[in-house]
Amino acid sequence: MELSSYAPGAFYDEMFDPERRPRVGCELLARTISALPDADLVRRQRSAERSLLHMGITFSVYGHERGTEKILPFDLIPRVVHAREWAKLERGLAQRMRAMNLFIDDVYHDRKIINDGVIPVEVVESAASYLPGCRGLDPPRGVWCHINGSDLVRGGDGHYYVLEDNLRCPSGVSYVLHNRQVMKRTFPRVFEASRVRPVDGYPSELLRVLQNVRPRGAATPTVVVLTPGPYNSAYSEHSFLAQQMGVELVEPRDLTVRDGFVWMRTTRGLSRVDVIYRRIDDVFLDPLAFRPDSMLGVPGIMSVVRAGRVALANAPGTGVADDKVVYAYVPAIIRYYLGEDPILPNVPTFLCFDDKQRSHVLANLDKLVVKAANESGGYGMLMGPQASSAERAAFADRIKANPRNYIAQPLLALSRVPTLIDEQLEGRHVDLRPYVLHGGDDIFVLPGGLTRVALKKGSFVVNSSQGGGSKDTWVLADDIAGRDSAAC
Amino acid sequence: MLSRVADALYWMCRYAERAENVARFLDVSLQVTLDMPDSHGDPWAGIIAATGEEESFEACYGAPTRDTIVRFLTVDPESENSIVSCARLARDNARSIRESISSETWEQVNKWYLLVRDAAGSEAVVEDPHDFLAAVKEASHLFVGVTYLTMTHGEGWHFGRLGRLLERADQTSRIVDAKQALLMARLPDVGASLDEILLAALLRSVSALEMYRKRYGRLDHTAVLEFLMLDKQFPRSIRHCLDTAQTSLRAITATPSHASGTRPERLLGRLAAEYEYAIVDEIVAEGLHEHLDQLQSKLNDVGAAIYETFFAARQEPVTQEQRQDDGPQ
Repeated sequence: MELSSYAPGAFYDEMFDPERRPRVGCELLARTISALPDADLVRRQRSAERSLLHMGITFSVYGHERGTEKILPFDLIPRVVHAREWAKLERGLAQRMRAMNLFIDDVYHDRKIINDGVIPVEVVESAASYLPGCRGLDPPRGVWCHINGSDLVRGGDGHYYVLEDNLRCPSGVSYVLHNRQVMKRTFPRVFEASRVRPVDGYPSELLRVLQNVRPRGAATPTVVVLTPGPYNSAYSEHSFLAQQMGVELVEPRDLTVRDGFVWMRTTRGLSRVDVIYRRIDDVFLDPLAFRPDSMLGVPGIMSVVRAGRVALANAPGTGVADDKVVYAYVPAIIRYYLGEDPILPNVPTFLCFDDKQRSHVLANLDKLVVKAANESGGYGMLMGPQASSAERAAFADRIKANPRNYIAQPLLALSRVPTLIDEQLEGRHVDLRPYVLHGGDDIFVLPGGLTRVALKKGSFVVNSSQGGGSKDTWVLADDIAGRDSAAC
Repeated sequence: MLSRVADALYWMCRYAERAENVARFLDVSLQVTLDMPDSHGDPWAGIIAATGEEESFEACYGAPTRDTIVRFLTVDPESENSIVSCARLARDNARSIRESISSETWEQVNKWYLLVRDAAGSEAVVEDPHDFLAAVKEASHLFVGVTYLTMTHGEGWHFGRLGRLLERADQTSRIVDAKQALLMARLPDVGASLDEILLAALLRSVSALEMYRKRYGRLDHTAVLEFLMLDKQFPRSIRHCLDTAQTSLRAITATPSHASGTRPERLLGRLAAEYEYAIVDEIVAEGLHEHLDQLQSKLNDVGAAIYETFFAARQEPVTQEQRQDDGPQ
């Protein structure tokens, strides 16, 4: 595959520097790709797609016919993160995870951070994901958020930023594991020589975390994964994680509350459940506590959570910390609880509930990205520079009608990675979702993560629901390997 | 094990088995029809009657012809028991319990479904179904082999095998029923050698010809009937299916051999005992069709009892002792 025609362009390219030299850690990969005949790369791409289809690694698309499944488009050119860079990300992510947990615990207990005037009480209480019913809740070991998947982006300046936090039910980790399996088969030699750090340990780490946060008295806890069911878009991930951890995958109808405990229905009667990795949103957990109209959920489960007889991961109410307005306060939250400067910066954010910031946003809609505070998955978003004036006007009205619900950020020039498009390599924009686990003692950052890629030319939207695909993420064990000895 | 998971394992295997048997049934029907002299009436009408789906067939297609029958039984997604529907249902069940089955099992069901779905898009299957039917049978064999070799032979696997064997007993009874005219007596206007050809085709449809030859040698109506219904060791004979299903059911409940166990164990045990001591001449004298009708209805009762005992949501934590006593409830 001819690489000399590949143009890194005006953006930060993850594989090549502006002089088209491979970056640290990418030398061997670049050499291998350029040595491959064109047809060979395309053949490997096809074979990778075929194995994903056979493995049934699919997601369901909302709005399509019930039961429609697609494979997440996969691109076989990996994104490489070298060791020093990763070490910083790791520290930054762990720091953020620690601070966020202290924040959530504080918000539902003493509210010191509010009383000290760091974050306004209205911001916290107006977050749609804030649950007043969780005041005073004491999740085991004081951990609220056990699994976090923040979205990182690299801007034109070459620095990483946290674009948003996902503290509710971050998805996508199964793609990380599957993509890796496929890549090992696709580029076995380069893979080995590059000393890529393994990601296969994730299910064991996750199980350890879940067992760690068991309720008092459950010496050998029964752990389950709770899914809304086969028609949920992330169902194959729920199933995969349960299988890899060797625990039951349950649907709400499999669970029942009785005598103050949660039980699952088995062929031998009821059997007790101690820890639930739930992939269902808070409000659908318990129709008695939240939404009486919900068909999903386990009636009465919240009372068991409050009594400390079952642990949920993540704990209910955790979502308050990934509200997009609260996000703007995270640097202050880190300073407040840890007395440290944030290692990973936020993207500058304008809060529309503030009059001054709102007029700035409204005057600059053509330059900004506007997001609804409580949406995710690329929904409820305005890409100012690419939107029509009619779309911008409509969004301006929505902002004025409900300022609390909107934030705005400058459009970042997301970095790019070479991607196989129509049998040629072209730069496409990417983000990075690392996965962070917290079981009460230490914090585990999976060395890898989901690199999502916007496959449409020029697009900055990487969400799978909006035409995005994924790549394997190679975190290198050290920065020496991968260069040949002559280069060292 | 979760009731819902046990339920899905049971049905995953039942639907997979059904797909294979529809392929076998259609294969033999097509072959027998080729060998039949034209003088012997409309061969197609009988085929649909044997599936018990005359009404839905007629609503869609009207009068049966070769092409409409092939379409109805293979690629028609609207037809409840077409191969494509069975493969889809097997996969839907597998997909809802992927964490409980081995990845290899899931991949085999998934590949099988994709094979059938892709074939369903082309007309080639209707024109020449032979390769397609062979591929379906082979995929089913792979599926059984993969489940056998990659899954722990614990409760879940036994639920799967129970479903598969009950389905197979039912399907073998339907194939025998459909060809009962052939099995009960020499057809009046069919010569002796043609008679043998038809019996051979029937045996081949359940992969039984060679094994039959080893056991009985020459082809004989009553012997064929005895082999397909009462042979202890042939894997598609009704008796063998009932025996093996019973073994799995006992493994699930862990009922000691001297106890009669839960309701499904009693129903299935009674039926298996009946077949263990049955005499083929008596079945013929009693009326083969009536006998098979009754068998199918007893198999339905076993299925219903399995549902009640294991899959229907139960509210009480149940201990081992209680479970054995709750049989006759």
